[in-house]
Amino acid sequence: MKPAAFDYARPDTMDEAFDLLEHHGNDAQILAGGQSLAAMLNMRLASPRILVDITRIEALRTVGTFDGAVDVGATVTQDRLLRWPGLTTQPLLTTVLPWIGHPQTRQRGTVCGSLAHGDPSSELPLVLATLGGRVILSNAKRTRTLSAAKFQTGAMRTALEPGEMIVSARFPTAQEGQVYRFHEVSPRRGDFAIVAVAVVADSEGVTVGVGGVADTPSVRRIEWLETDAFTDAMNEFAWDLHATNDVHATAETRRGLVRRLGAKLIEEARDALSLC
Amino acid sequence: MIYRLIFSSDHLHPTRLIVSNARMEHVGRSFERVEDPALLRGAGRFADDLAEPPGCLHAAFLRAPVAHAEIKSIDTKNALALPGVTAIITGSELAQHTAPFLSGVKVNAPQYALAIERVRHVGEPVAIVVARDRYVAEDALEIIQVDYASLDPVVDPEVAAEPTTQLLHPDAGSNVLHERRFKYGDPDQAFAEAAHVVKTTVRYPRNSCTPIEAFVVLATYHPGENVFEVTANFQGPYTLHPVMARALGLPGNRLRLKTPPDSGGSFGTKQAVFNNIVGLAVAAKVSRRPVKWVEDRLEHLAASTSATNRVTTIQAALDADGHITALDYDQLEDCGAYLRAPEPATIYRMHGNMTGAYTIENLAIRNRVVVTNKTPTGLMRGFGGPQVYFALERVVDLAAARLGIDPLEIRRRNLVPPNAMPHSTAPGAVLDSGNYLGTVDRAEHEGDLAELRARRAQARADGRLYGIGHACIIEPSISNMGYITTLLTPQERARSGAKNGALATASVNFDPSGAVTVQVSSVPQGQGHRTVLAQVVADELGIYPSTIVTATDHDTLKDPWSIASGNYSSRFAGAVAGAAKLAAARIAERLKSIAASDLNVPLSDVELTDGMARAVSNPDNAIPIERIAAKAHWSPLSVPLDAGAGLRETAFWTAPELSEPDTHDRVNSSGAYGFIFDFCGVEVDPLDGAVRIDKYVTAHDAGRILNPTLADGQIRGGFAHGFGAALLEELTYTPDGAFLAGTFSDYCPPYASDMPELKILHDQSPSPVTPTGAKGLGEGNCMSTPVCIANAVADAVGCPVNTLPLTRERILKLISIEEPVDPKPTRIPPLELLGDGHALRGEGSATVPASPEKVWETILDPDHLPAIIPFCHAVEHDGEHTYRVEASFGIGPIRGRFQAQLLLSNLDPGKGLCLNGDATGALGCATGRSEIRLTKCEKGTRVDYAYALLISGKIASVGGRLLEGAVRGQIAEIFGRIAGANTTKTASGLRARLAGWLRVKS
Amino acid sequence: MLYLSADGRHPVRFTLNGRYVEGEAEPRLLLTDFLRHEIGATGTHVGCEHGVCGACTVRVDGLVVRACLVYAVQVDGCRVDTIEGMADGDELNDLQLAFQRHHALQCGFCTPGILMSLSQLVEEEPHADGSRVREVLSGHLCRCTGYYGMVAAVMEVLAARRKAKNV
Repeated sequence: MKPAAFDYARPDTMDEAFDLLEHHGNDAQILAGGQSLAAMLNMRLASPRILVDITRIEALRTVGTFDGAVDVGATVTQDRLLRWPGLTTQPLLTTVLPWIGHPQTRQRGTVCGSLAHGDPSSELPLVLATLGGRVILSNAKRTRTLSAAKFQTGAMRTALEPGEMIVSARFPTAQEGQVYRFHEVSPRRGDFAIVAVAVVADSEGVTVGVGGVADTPSVRRIEWLETDAFTDAMNEFAWDLHATNDVHATAETRRGLVRRLGAKLIEEARDALSLC
Repeated sequence: MIYRLIFSSDHLHPTRLIVSNARMEHVGRSFERVEDPALLRGAGRFADDLAEPPGCLHAAFLRAPVAHAEIKSIDTKNALALPGVTAIITGSELAQHTAPFLSGVKVNAPQYALAIERVRHVGEPVAIVVARDRYVAEDALEIIQVDYASLDPVVDPEVAAEPTTQLLHPDAGSNVLHERRFKYGDPDQAFAEAAHVVKTTVRYPRNSCTPIEAFVVLATYHPGENVFEVTANFQGPYTLHPVMARALGLPGNRLRLKTPPDSGGSFGTKQAVFNNIVGLAVAAKVSRRPVKWVEDRLEHLAASTSATNRVTTIQAALDADGHITALDYDQLEDCGAYLRAPEPATIYRMHGNMTGAYTIENLAIRNRVVVTNKTPTGLMRGFGGPQVYFALERVVDLAAARLGIDPLEIRRRNLVPPNAMPHSTAPGAVLDSGNYLGTVDRAEHEGDLAELRARRAQARADGRLYGIGHACIIEPSISNMGYITTLLTPQERARSGAKNGALATASVNFDPSGAVTVQVSSVPQGQGHRTVLAQVVADELGIYPSTIVTATDHDTLKDPWSIASGNYSSRFAGAVAGAAKLAAARIAERLKSIAASDLNVPLSDVELTDGMARAVSNPDNAIPIERIAAKAHWSPLSVPLDAGAGLRETAFWTAPELSEPDTHDRVNSSGAYGFIFDFCGVEVDPLDGAVRIDKYVTAHDAGRILNPTLADGQIRGGFAHGFGAALLEELTYTPDGAFLAGTFSDYCPPYASDMPELKILHDQSPSPVTPTGAKGLGEGNCMSTPVCIANAVADAVGCPVNTLPLTRERILKLISIEEPVDPKPTRIPPLELLGDGHALRGEGSATVPASPEKVWETILDPDHLPAIIPFCHAVEHDGEHTYRVEASFGIGPIRGRFQAQLLLSNLDPGKGLCLNGDATGALGCATGRSEIRLTKCEKGTRVDYAYALLISGKIASVGGRLLEGAVRGQIAEIFGRIAGANTTKTASGLRARLAGWLRVKS
Repeated sequence: MLYLSADGRHPVRFTLNGRYVEGEAEPRLLLTDFLRHEIGATGTHVGCEHGVCGACTVRVDGLVVRACLVYAVQVDGCRVDTIEGMADGDELNDLQLAFQRHHALQCGFCTPGILMSLSQLVEEEPHADGSRVREVLSGHLCRCTGYYGMVAAVMEVLAARRKAKNV
């Protein structure tokens, strides 16, 4: 398991990076933490002509609160975000980050890399979608902002165009009166999720995000009604995800997990709200 | 060199000969390991750490992406032209240099180190590339073209055994390569007279112990001497050395096999490196350079070896009191694509103790061994035990339920009683020592089973799913080299000559400085043999373990060994340490003889202790042992004649009890038999199907314990493997033979956070068979733990557990929560596609703003294909409605070029058609069928499609989790493009729209 | 900007266990292979080459990293620490000694990577509890031990270091 040959470029500035991406188009692949990409290269599932290592671009290393959101630069690792003192502004991230891989992979793996990879079982795309976050994309000429739903278009598919890269991701900060819950089921802790569910509840209702089932994280808003209604809503949601089989779980098992985890987390969130 | 190699019949009966006065000071105590200081600083000497010879080249294997196919052609031209590539060896070339491997069963199903003309499992080696480095070798793998003609894959052993099934080895005449029936006592009568008969069928899965260090082989050919010199992390048994030598057409002394000082775990697996050794030997000879191969993880998981999966139908006859009067096993063993030596040993290893820990007089066994399109099986920790006990201990639980007896009570009623020891079982094992009931009583008390029962009662009262499981098992150790011949009829055995015993070897040497070295052929893989040998030898010689240097790296050219050498069947503590003890005891006698003369006392008055030879009658009359030892070297003429010159002893030991199977097929298949009683409490979470082990107690009687810390380490490690087998680990295949567990994310060994606490208890009933009194203990929990957890889960969920591992998926199926109906049943797709139930299936639709006739034209126009197929490189019209396409599969950063053949059929102009095809590329193979239907609609044409795809090879092995979404995306892309082709005329516009695919970073 | 062509061998220089080392690497050469076969530091082992087993774990600028998922050219100019630098000269450090005492290793193949992860844990998290220790260990696979001795060893070292520092 050794990678195919590639050129290696390490730009020091954004402009240098854009030049490379523009010039090499589809032949170029951005390398940040490499926790998914390098494994794929080792297995020769991928063999780009050139790797553009963006980790030494100073401008991409920032994390801060901006425009009502936690703004995470392209090369900020999951571990660094977890240790960032300002993370208290978004408890769902605090809850979810420790679920991603292992402490070792989080020290190298980046937040934006995980979003760009678009693995349907990854936690961060689910969090971004559930919170209604955005991704900031730039190329040499322009910068655009896409909602999570517009950004990830399928399993490992995103709206990124040739020459373009993620500059940062914005996770909206917590609003007064919101309650967050998250849980995931995987073969072993740290593995990719069979099903992951994130819940954001407020006095009006609950936003439920599900990962690991459909090709992209799926989000549904359910208004507070009597108990049966959200059970029914979760059943409909489970079916709507068009779950499929893989080596770890069948579609039926996935639907069942969506229903039960969803119901459990919604109830927990509702109970927590009633205490507020 | 002056030393005596002692091997006479007298020395084969050591336990009757050895009289040792040495005080046992070190054996039985925990010592820190002599192995650790080097390993802890990264200074271990593992196979891939050793210096490579000058000019060493590196090999990579081209492996089959499909389960079953004829190899029509292999084109290596482009790969050979790659700079840095020295040689490519294919099956046909290898066959010119080697003969097929010998197998324990005489059938016409030859196996070589490479596939010859046909591949029979995913991952089977098809060619060896030899290149400057591994990177370049893998570059070459990508561009070797193999043309396969697929054959029906056979994956399920029950299907394989049916006469109408496709044969893997047509010349063998059947997929059942071995079948024998055995009867001991009168099982027919016992079943006829039984008050109760309980029956169940269980399926033990494929799993593997997956050492973290994979296989390593470094082969050199010395042309002047016609000698192959190979260093490999082989673990034995050395019965395989003649198998390798014979394949190479050489006598054993021309295959010099060396093992490195350290090995990164094996648990049986590294037995299977032997066929790679032969492949690399040929590669070295052909390329005239040393060649090294380091197996990677994908290769190891997909194609190294595996435990057998087994389907067992077991019946137990019981009297009204719950005594088991007879057992009937019908075992169907799946050995994978070839019977690779020493298979079918897995199914016979337990033969003598198939009655378990119980007194059962009547026994019937039917053994069938089938081949299927899966990786060949071989040694694996627990070897044969987990398969047998999963059946036996499940049926005991079912019997308890049938009779309304507590599961522990029914076990007590049937356990071999202490006064029956040694106990001859119906099929011939001699259970050598133990007080099984005593061990059960003690564990019940010290493990506080009563409290666990109370916990279960409370949990159930709270509405939780809580269960308790038990297992009583016999752990055999020190395999009889003759047990495998039980597969022959007594007449066949008589013709082929007796095979018996379990010869262990050890050498102990005093050098002229008076320092001691010990060398054994145990080929350890991390167990700490060097530490224990120092303890054992120190006690015999009256010296300190810290002064002893032990060597466990081995060289068949220079070191003593025999066919039973190696690291398997838990033979170290009893047999190998036993041989070392014998060698040391003989040297001790000689030291005493010299000392008696120097101290001027009778021989019987000399004791060796604390580094001194001392007169027992006058402890002040003493001389350092190193001085006596030096004397044997420096002044050989001055030592007594009977002490001899030089001080080196090599002992060969075997248990005299290990005779060949008798004419009634009774066989004492192992030298020693330990006893294990396990119980555990588990809670099953109906929310997510998780099994939580609340408490686990394992009680062992493995005879004398040589080093308690190391013994517990072995038990914990075995437990971790048993735990993984029970809950997490499976080498998964699809029904068409695609392998799905190619990474450690798909094959799931337990992490630290998965492991429950483990309470270990020991009894020590010394084995009367082994020189040390020790029995094996490292495999037992691989045998007991899977079924103990299965029994507990069955108790928790209230229904039988018939297969493993108990993944969340299986648990949730067992609990069988009824699924609420789909509130939108109309979403079921309009197209019904016949397809294999296990294929990747999907459907979709697209609306095209053009008439059905126009869309029809687009689909049928070969000029349009390059625009429709994503990443299309070339399209060739290959006959009517047949196309050859070269394109790339692409999703995210994943991209792989493939060649496909597409066939359009069932053409119904303007209405619909079928599109079928095959694709092959470096990422794997696919066979697909699809149906397309066109319907006129308001906006133009509605295109409905459905597809079924079978995918195999690397992409299925490592990317299974993502495959469905990936395929769905790519196919939707194609139909999106069909739609697009009718609106935008230029392909470039489409490309621009879709070009964002490959931008990924992490 | 650095641009290294695929077919060239390029200089790679870094500080390995406090000493300057240099070698040459194609861009695709994995850090594991560079350390083991270019530098001869064979203590870092290769177990899966897809980032799960953790046998190849090293520290780069203090962070724990899977060396199989890093290219040698990426660590140019960095500080790299491997198992070979853990002992204090001839003396094993407290973590290594605790591993020996608690029989936390058998074949020892996974051990170097595990010790590198744990070295960070005991440095940075003196109050880590058993569950946190297991979490960190879960970035590694060991097939010999069941991890029991490792957990015991780390807990002992954490307690001893806390006591020594009076924290």
